[in-house]
Amino acid sequence: MREIVVISGKGGTGKTSLTAAFASLAENMVLCDADVDAADLHLLMDPEIKERQDFQGGGTAVINPEKCTECGLCLDLCRFDAIKENFVVDQLECEGCGVCVDLCPEGAIDFPINTCGEWFISETRFGPMVHARLGIAEENSGKLVSLVRQEAKKLAEKNKLDLIITDGPPGIGCPVIASVGGASVVLIVAEPTVSGLHDMERVAELAAHFRVPGMICVNKYDLNPDQTEAIENLAKKKGISVLGRIPFDPVFTKSMIKGKTIFEYNEKLEVCTAVQRIWKQIVTSPAMSGK
Amino acid sequence: MIISIASGKGGTGKTTVATNMAVSIETGVQILDCDVEEPNAHLFLNPIIEKQEAVFTPVPEIDETKCTFCKKCSEICRFKAITVLEKAVLTFPELCHSCGGCVEVCPEDAITETGRELGLIERGRRDNIEFVHGRLRVGEAMSPPLIKKVRSFTRPDITTIIDAPPGTSCPVIAAMKGADFVLLVTEPTPFGLHDLKLAVEAVKILDIPSGLVINRSDMGDSGVKEYAAKEGLPILMEIPFDRRIAETYSRGELMVEAMPEWKETFLKLYNQIKKTAEREEKE
Repeated sequence: MREIVVISGKGGTGKTSLTAAFASLAENMVLCDADVDAADLHLLMDPEIKERQDFQGGGTAVINPEKCTECGLCLDLCRFDAIKENFVVDQLECEGCGVCVDLCPEGAIDFPINTCGEWFISETRFGPMVHARLGIAEENSGKLVSLVRQEAKKLAEKNKLDLIITDGPPGIGCPVIASVGGASVVLIVAEPTVSGLHDMERVAELAAHFRVPGMICVNKYDLNPDQTEAIENLAKKKGISVLGRIPFDPVFTKSMIKGKTIFEYNEKLEVCTAVQRIWKQIVTSPAMSGK
Repeated sequence: MIISIASGKGGTGKTTVATNMAVSIETGVQILDCDVEEPNAHLFLNPIIEKQEAVFTPVPEIDETKCTFCKKCSEICRFKAITVLEKAVLTFPELCHSCGGCVEVCPEDAITETGRELGLIERGRRDNIEFVHGRLRVGEAMSPPLIKKVRSFTRPDITTIIDAPPGTSCPVIAAMKGADFVLLVTEPTPFGLHDLKLAVEAVKILDIPSGLVINRSDMGDSGVKEYAAKEGLPILMEIPFDRRIAETYSRGELMVEAMPEWKETFLKLYNQIKKTAEREEKE
């Protein structure tokens, strides 16, 4: 089983559009959307949901006013300032540590487990897909990311598929860490800007930190060929394989509006050739071909 | 006044709006870059950094000479950061949420706290702009405590502009909570619209007045505008796609410096936000 995780550091570089394009080209594959915070892949994949399940996050504290004697111990104990003077818990601030629950002398604090999202197994025109939706303002996104990746793996095993393509989240924090651990390879989609260079360096360090081999491609490369070169040079220095360049083309937006991948929209374009070449290098790379 | 600039979807132009608005306001402002996973505002503002400090979060350290392996610490820890074996205690500092529960319940006072580095805070200035940002340590998972630390430098006497991270979960909430106005930056595409809706839901939970900037406003469809009209979300500014703007950005230059005609537009945006926030405060 091989898994390629598409990440970027910086948001909006084209992760999801590229993941969808790869889905057009891949065979025997399960798609996985690990950007549970702002999932967009389903907008291009039009998944037919086959299975839907609640995602249980952690608990949050709720004070029962009938039992509470307002002794104030919980206020002292809570390091997250989640308990207000009127002995009501601010649900947004509660970290779910349960310290107040365990130590309340009156047993007046409940700790209900929250349903903080949903995850789905779906069928798409390119194959099965696992995706999720984290509730607004919820925590535990890393936990949900790990869950969808596990489910994608199970689904692949069950259907004897040998490839998982995972659309990752932006950044380098908790959901990204949960996305890259144990992947066969990460593909970093960079853009040729000073921010793109800065963010790519940090996400490349993250991949190295978790010992996942990295590859990179530069999207919209012609917006600034000098930055493109700077990114490619930095990648080489960090031992990341440089796969190629994708030109700036409004076709990404146009096909998105139609709910299509760029190949479905018009496979004769220069961008399609570029993406095809990148995909070929990914699947024949040592990390992916098992050589 | 605190203005938080957020988006849902990444790469829509939050940093562009935050930095260009900051330099367009001639009275002093403060910019807090709360996108601590990938902070970018400094690349455009080039502030002179005057202070740098590492930020730590407390994690347990066990004195095994005092420990009786009673397991009370591992029982209270909901994050699986402590495992007690027969004659040893293992801690997993990277899983610790710093709640202090283990310290509190240890009957032998065998647990003290040491620090796990979350990242750095850097502070400085550029002309009359005060600059603060956080840089999450690579490998660190938890950004909200660092974001809160950045926000602790908020000055009540001047306008604070917060550059928020993308998404809609806890880091974004940490960057928006308590703001007087949330400026949402989006692009008129299906992805932009989908993530904007999520961001609007988050803003509603926090009950903060908000408005919209549509970036690359002529590259997409009408979905965002129709949604904004339906939601009563005011469109405060539109930036059309212009290759010159994209190239200026790519070089790390400020739009208002390369194309000074934009300065007035950003200033107008700020004044509109100020008016709305003041009106809401009266109500």
